[in-house]
Amino acid sequence: MLEHLPALQVVLPLVCAPLIVLVRRAGFAWLLATAVSWVALVIAILLAARVLEVGTISYAIGSWPPPWGIEYRVDALNAFVLVLVAAVGAIVMPYARGSIAAELRPEQHYLFYALYCLCLAGLLGIAITGDVFNLFVFLEISSLSTYAMIALGQERKALVAAYQYLVMGTIGATFYVIGIGLLYLMTGTLNLADLATRLPAVADGRPVLAALTFITVGIGLKLALFPLHQWLPNAYAYAPSAVTAFIAATATKVSVYVLVRFYFMVFGQTLVFDRLPFGDVLLVLSVAAIVTASLVAVFQPDLKRMLAYSSVGQIGYITLGISLANAPGLTGAIAHLFNHALAKGALFLLAGGITLRYGGASFRHIAGLAARMPLTSFGVVLAGLSLIGIPGTAGFTTKWYLIVGAIERGYWLLAVLIVATSLIALVYVWRFVEAAYFQAPTHEAPRPGEMPPIMLVPAWLMVAGCVYFGLETSFNIGFAGHAADLVLRRMQ
Amino acid sequence: MNIAGHYSYAITVFLMMAGLFIVIARGNLVKKLIGLGIFQTSVYLLYIAPGKLIGGTAPILSEQFKTYSNPLPHVLILTAIVVGVATLALGLAIVVRIREAYGTTEEDEILAQDSEAERQKP
Repeated sequence: MLEHLPALQVVLPLVCAPLIVLVRRAGFAWLLATAVSWVALVIAILLAARVLEVGTISYAIGSWPPPWGIEYRVDALNAFVLVLVAAVGAIVMPYARGSIAAELRPEQHYLFYALYCLCLAGLLGIAITGDVFNLFVFLEISSLSTYAMIALGQERKALVAAYQYLVMGTIGATFYVIGIGLLYLMTGTLNLADLATRLPAVADGRPVLAALTFITVGIGLKLALFPLHQWLPNAYAYAPSAVTAFIAATATKVSVYVLVRFYFMVFGQTLVFDRLPFGDVLLVLSVAAIVTASLVAVFQPDLKRMLAYSSVGQIGYITLGISLANAPGLTGAIAHLFNHALAKGALFLLAGGITLRYGGASFRHIAGLAARMPLTSFGVVLAGLSLIGIPGTAGFTTKWYLIVGAIERGYWLLAVLIVATSLIALVYVWRFVEAAYFQAPTHEAPRPGEMPPIMLVPAWLMVAGCVYFGLETSFNIGFAGHAADLVLRRMQ
Repeated sequence: MNIAGHYSYAITVFLMMAGLFIVIARGNLVKKLIGLGIFQTSVYLLYIAPGKLIGGTAPILSEQFKTYSNPLPHVLILTAIVVGVATLALGLAIVVRIREAYGTTEEDEILAQDSEAERQKP
């Protein structure tokens, strides 16, 4: 049983989706989706513990030995991502019961849970698989279910947002397929580890360079790398609250993982960063993302849209860490996957609660919120502090590592810039504080009071995580450091 | 370089660019999806064409056959076709819903309606 954990990690949520569609009962669907999320989390934690103990786990699907068969390969890097995705799913599911019941028509409920299971299976599959084409299939499973989940949003703008995301996402996925197609032509293999050993022999060929570019642009679209982020703000703003919280905390993070995997463990640092200027390009785009998206976030009239633009900026910090390509930078980048997922997940869950009570989360609704929803407001402030990177929160730990990484490279100006841009985050979080705590309510809430406990508890669990992982860093920084070591060892 | 021997790549790249151009240049949501379909289909060609060797057979172990064509690209593309069909189906379903909600499938008219609705908000 235990040796089949890598397969079960993906197969269980995948099987639950058709089961839910067959039974068609919302209550059963929720129970099954929640159960499978928690089981997935347990499996992910068991796998992570095994990886720390014995090193990389290789699992041959159908007993076909790699590199011929599809291999599931768990190492410190993707074990971390698996835990992240499964944990967010396990926390969002209880919340979804309250939020989905309020936002969707009853006949859509079971469909949402089926889509969620597919999306979870897809995201876990991307993280665990060691086969590049299998990765594409999982990428599309998760993306297609995400488009459909976004289209479930109440406003008609959700449909347009889903359509735009579908077009951009499909272009991204197709670019990725072109890239791996070129790699397959040059090497004759689809296995990630096998690719890494065979690529150096043909690395001078133009198809390999074209493949690297196609994969960078394709995955860049999926992870909303500036300026390929146009799909993100609308998709996050108009999707149902539970969907926004789930995809904001997982989908882009998994794509970042794919980029790290390809850059460091397939193409290798010498090709990507030393011989080609991908690091410099990524650095410039990251800084542009941080500055422009954070500035745009300041002027958004709506909390969800503000958080969406803030996501683009925060992804900039992650790619910034990747572009530094040294131990502290990568540790910061990988740990920021987790820390940002916690903070943004918490914020979107809380914003969903505000939408539930006030019918919207624009700053007009938020005025005077602290008196009516004190716990929600305080949660937003705490998670917002983590977004800024105040000491004592999880966000601080990653900013610290990014600054150390920048200084190690000799980029003093960049280190100053990281601190300075945190001040922009301070401005947009302060906008919330001012509206919620210092303005008189202008808008009468239809149903005043906190959101129901089934939604508030998961949201606060994530808020507590922002503080807990800021003080006790053995999981996020410790594990990320481990993963960064693995990634860098592979490069040499 | 033998240009005649590379004509399949030329066709692939032409289809790829044509598809991508339609997605970017057309304002009609259905036409955009058609462009997306062409773009995805060109990738099928990118995989399939190099897998075929002239004079090669299916990989059957036998004394008579010496050159084999690679069957793996076909299998991969079978999967990619399924993905493409699912994407197109979902895209068209969303367009149907957009037409129900907005009464149009032209991108500029949808944007105009959205900004009009934005202006009428208090």
